Amino acid sequence: MSSSSSVLYDAPGPKARARYRAFGLLSVLGIAALVWYAYAKLDDAGQFSGVLWAPFEYTGFQQRILDGLLTTLQVFGIAGGLSLLLGSVLAAGRLSDHKPVRAVATAIVQFFRAMPLVIMIFALYVSVFTSQRMLALVIGLTLYNGAVQAEIIRGGINALPRGQAEAGYALGLRKTQVMVSILVPQAVRAMLPSVIGQLVVTLKDTSLGYIISFYELLYSAKLIAGNTSTPLGYPYVQVVLVITPVYILMCLALTGLAKWIEARSRRGANRRTPAAA
Amino acid sequence: MGILFEDGNFALFRDGFLRTVELSLISGALALLLGVLLAAFRVSPVPVLRAFGTGWVTIFRNTPLTLLFLAVTFVLPRLEVHLPSFTLAVIALGSYTGSFVCEAIRSGINTVPIGQAEAARSLGLNFGQTLTSVVLPQAVRTAVPPLGSVFIALPRNSAIAGAFNVDEIFSVQQTWVDRGYSTIAIFCWIALAFLLISTVIAQLFRFLENRLAVAR
Repeated sequence: MSSSSSVLYDAPGPKARARYRAFGLLSVLGIAALVWYAYAKLDDAGQFSGVLWAPFEYTGFQQRILDGLLTTLQVFGIAGGLSLLLGSVLAAGRLSDHKPVRAVATAIVQFFRAMPLVIMIFALYVSVFTSQRMLALVIGLTLYNGAVQAEIIRGGINALPRGQAEAGYALGLRKTQVMVSILVPQAVRAMLPSVIGQLVVTLKDTSLGYIISFYELLYSAKLIAGNTSTPLGYPYVQVVLVITPVYILMCLALTGLAKWIEARSRRGANRRTPAAA
Repeated sequence: MGILFEDGNFALFRDGFLRTVELSLISGALALLLGVLLAAFRVSPVPVLRAFGTGWVTIFRNTPLTLLFLAVTFVLPRLEVHLPSFTLAVIALGSYTGSFVCEAIRSGINTVPIGQAEAARSLGLNFGQTLTSVVLPQAVRTAVPPLGSVFIALPRNSAIAGAFNVDEIFSVQQTWVDRGYSTIAIFCWIALAFLLISTVIAQLFRFLENRLAVAR
């Protein structure tokens, strides 16, 4: 239990404990009833019979899900990397001393942050990349997530104490040098959790390839379900039950990485400046 | 750029625009309701409810929205729940956004000073009273900026509904592409519609932020 939640109520006495137990029991019953309803309905429709699950034993079936997963990871890797690159460039643009550069970077960031990704990917697909769906998806993801990453990186740099940059200028460094050797390295550590958080969004958004019929995990899963005819119908429920945990686990792994890095960097920071509170 | 004023396109565009606004408003209301409820669960003294809230947030925050749309479209009919595609979209969008609202409000609760809850408790208020009359009113105020980004993202996310048989703006884009209009012109009109929606919401939240700001 986190300390913030315990502050809302006293340590329970015997009466309160009994009340909490009663509430707990009621909620367990409520949740169990819901789960049971879903289970019973699915069971009535024969959704748990072997016929609908058997296709998962075919190697072709497994291979296509695996291919979809690999494509998803590939798109995520490329788009994630490119969005970080674009984000750094746009953040540098927004922090520039030159007004025109600042204005252009700001306009780009604001526009791509406001535009729905679906609409952008679809527009890229129908206008330029009619035969290269992957490019449309990757470029769409890069533009949107790059704009968001730019704001995160800019926030990290702005959050640094002003004395850091001033000390750099006092040493006679130029702006580029101050940025590269003083501000960015410190900002990177502070903003890594948010950067990785946005990478989780990028990973989830790869599923928008579905909209332009690109064979990432979601679309290939939908195709597999739609093309597998069994005596009990098409295995949509089964495919959804299989790929949802895959997505959740991938995202949790990334979030876990962010937490680990955060904990590590905090430890590192404390070691270096033990006086800082 | 004149496509808006040719063969009934304006009516299509207007209807799509209004549909997007309607979808965003209804699923926004659902998300707010669900988010507050889940946040209350997550800070409640009942372990089962806390676990339920945590589980819900973990699942819905880490599942792609497109997958949720696919799930409500193909799984609910197997549960003998037959709903129009607009309602399905509200369910997918609302339960997805609700988990983000929950996290925004929970982070707001975390910023309320401990003394506030302690004072409330020493006055003899119970958990429900402490939460609703002391902690939540303050928490919601600090949660306004993160809630703002959640609700600015909501209409953007709602565009996915266009791929699942809801006649909103994205489906207008698809229809116009099918009819063979210039893609640049289409994109400009659709982009304009969205910039309008997100600007209005951003202004609303800026206003709320100024009105509700608490000095601590």
